[in-house]
Amino acid sequence: MEFDHILIRYGELFIKGKNRKYFERKLQSNLIKKLKEFNNVRVSKKRDRMYVLLNGEDPYQVMNKCQLVFGIHTLSFAIKVEKDADVIKQAALAALQDSPEARTFKVSAKRADKEFPIRSQDLNQLIGGYVLSNTEGITVNVHHPDVELKVEVRNDAAYITAQDYPGAGGLPVGTTGNSLLLLSGGIDSPVSGYLTLKRGVELEAIHFHSPPYTSERAKQKVLDLASELSKYGNKIKVHIIPFTAIQEKIHRETPEGYSMTIMRRMMMRISAQIAKQQEILSLTTGESLGQVASQTMESMNAINEVTNLPIIRPLAAMDKLEIIGVSRKINTYDLSVLPYEDCCTIFVPKAPKTKPTREKASYYESTVEFSQDIADAIEQSYIVEVNGNEESKDEFEDLL
Amino acid sequence: MIYLDNSATTKPLPEVLESYMKAATTYYANPSSIHLLGSEAERLLTKSRNMVAAIMGIEANEVLFTSGGTEANNLAIKGIALQHQNRGKHMITTQIEHPSVLEAFRGLEDLGFEVTYLGVDQEGYVDPCDLENTIREDTILVSIMSVNNELGTIQPVQEIGKIAKKYPKLFFHVDHVQGLGKVPMNVGQSNIDLCSVSGHKIHGLKGTGALFVRGNVTLFPLLHGGSQENGKRAGTENLPAVVAFAKALRLIMDKEQNHLPELISLQKYVRHQLSQIDSLLINSPVNSAPHIVNVSLPGFKPEVIIHTLAQRGIYISTKSACSSKQPDVSSVLKACRIDASRTTSSLRISLSYQNTVTEIDQFIQALKEAIVHLKTSMGR
Repeated sequence: MEFDHILIRYGELFIKGKNRKYFERKLQSNLIKKLKEFNNVRVSKKRDRMYVLLNGEDPYQVMNKCQLVFGIHTLSFAIKVEKDADVIKQAALAALQDSPEARTFKVSAKRADKEFPIRSQDLNQLIGGYVLSNTEGITVNVHHPDVELKVEVRNDAAYITAQDYPGAGGLPVGTTGNSLLLLSGGIDSPVSGYLTLKRGVELEAIHFHSPPYTSERAKQKVLDLASELSKYGNKIKVHIIPFTAIQEKIHRETPEGYSMTIMRRMMMRISAQIAKQQEILSLTTGESLGQVASQTMESMNAINEVTNLPIIRPLAAMDKLEIIGVSRKINTYDLSVLPYEDCCTIFVPKAPKTKPTREKASYYESTVEFSQDIADAIEQSYIVEVNGNEESKDEFEDLL
Repeated sequence: MIYLDNSATTKPLPEVLESYMKAATTYYANPSSIHLLGSEAERLLTKSRNMVAAIMGIEANEVLFTSGGTEANNLAIKGIALQHQNRGKHMITTQIEHPSVLEAFRGLEDLGFEVTYLGVDQEGYVDPCDLENTIREDTILVSIMSVNNELGTIQPVQEIGKIAKKYPKLFFHVDHVQGLGKVPMNVGQSNIDLCSVSGHKIHGLKGTGALFVRGNVTLFPLLHGGSQENGKRAGTENLPAVVAFAKALRLIMDKEQNHLPELISLQKYVRHQLSQIDSLLINSPVNSAPHIVNVSLPGFKPEVIIHTLAQRGIYISTKSACSSKQPDVSSVLKACRIDASRTTSSLRISLSYQNTVTEIDQFIQALKEAIVHLKTSMGR
């Protein structure tokens, strides 16, 4: 017997009141997008639950994809069968065998359809007995079972679910607004993007590219990172900003100790303008307190002066090891540690000021003309759209 | 020409050759070079690796490209032995492995390792209980082929994997060179730590292949140098070979998924036709791999039959090509304790997805004629 649908439960915490419909619609459309490659799959919505109807698609592949979608609390494979005691117990056995590791189980039968001749208690015994006599080494444990076999007899049919799989948690992407992620290519910014997506935020990304100081590979790496991130949400627009001229100018014409602070301020200014163009209401960064010179409290204060957009810093209070843990979990770590020069590692001053002030930063900037360079950079910027959810048109297709 | 020696090697597919040519002409830069050309080559390498991993159901960092099956086997066995000898110096394999496995173990014996060579039954099967009884406190490696190259016997890899899993200090290596593309095996989910495959057995090119190494397994490299292949195999990546292997793998797996029943019925047909011949004995087990049929014609010198058939453009072989330069006895059949008249007269017919019923009919006809002819001329 094969699973024919996946049951999706979402946390009830966020679905109270008027937002509920909006939340559900977004989750449904995100699921549909995520499962696009499976032609036969349908996503249907019922009271406080969603069903992914498999229609013959591979249950495990679909499950893997569903587990990436934010806004889902738990998922279970389910079998819909006719309301016949023999059929029900066979299906229950099949459902249990989905968890080969399970040693204990219990049956929780619910008879919503009172026309059905067998009462819930009796169903429990009937199914439990059948499972026990058709398996080896599996016992009943009503308090802490490895698997709870849930059997619901409803008006239209009987539904059987077994093991609960954890969902990705969080909120459906797109329900809490949008943000522009400053994506460098290091370990932190992708994690920051992931955590922001998890809170339901739609992302675009911005990357500062300084050829020939940084290579095509460094840019490709950032696009690959964005592509990984997009697997947790929708396609991501990456704004590539040519940054060479500005970096050279900063290096040439501002005091070394302040060059990094000023570079960051330039990035913030450009990001804020791009955000405005794209009608994006906030910026997201991978800053984490105390990590490097640019991330001291003084430094953040000095950098933050140039924009009054909200800046989301999910990593501000996280330890490096925690951050690395997440980056491994979301498959960005191996990409992040590829050793290419990026815009933050080149032109690193020997001794950057760890306690810069707004006044001095403004003063040094005022001695140099930057506004034209900023306008040029924005003018020459371009967008690359990445979508890790779709097999990209492959340049090597004819070779492989 | 009728080519029925596909277990020795296969004819490369034109598509594979095209890919090789194109990769060699266009993407000749060193994938480790930092310029644009190098980065293109690296992207192609990554793409190939990802594709191989996806097809095999493993992670990309678990794919290690080699020069073929022999290197993969050597790297797996010596790499584990040298790297993990502080855990113990005992290893287990079978008497019917490919020479690149057996000789690697013999070499390690010279260095002070101890190796148990498990016997097999008459059909070439290893007894998993036998295996489990042989595992000791200091056993660090079990190496078993998934499909025997002479008989086509399919070993109980799943079962052995389950046994191996019970011993956390033990690594499990599978030589899957003969099985790839014909005997489905889930590398990712069979508790396999190392798995060897080769390109030229699947209509790819000689000099291509891979070793799949489970994520956290460390190996002592055979080749020291640059940090290519996760530091496990130094040397500039042979990108055209990698591309050719990936392509051949994709194409054979497509065959395995869609055309395995045809191959199985072709083999049944061969077996049936052969069984009609007097004095011919089939050595391969009934449930053998779908591309190998091993038979004996007691009283006939196999070499003479091979040459007779070759005169008519039909190619089969005696035993495995890698050991056929030694005298006539098949060590595999001998290990199965099959009697001498059969071990010295064995022939192997090995099929590919490209063979047809018509070819089989012509081969059977030719074989029958050869037998009649040789009987009279040799006065029997």
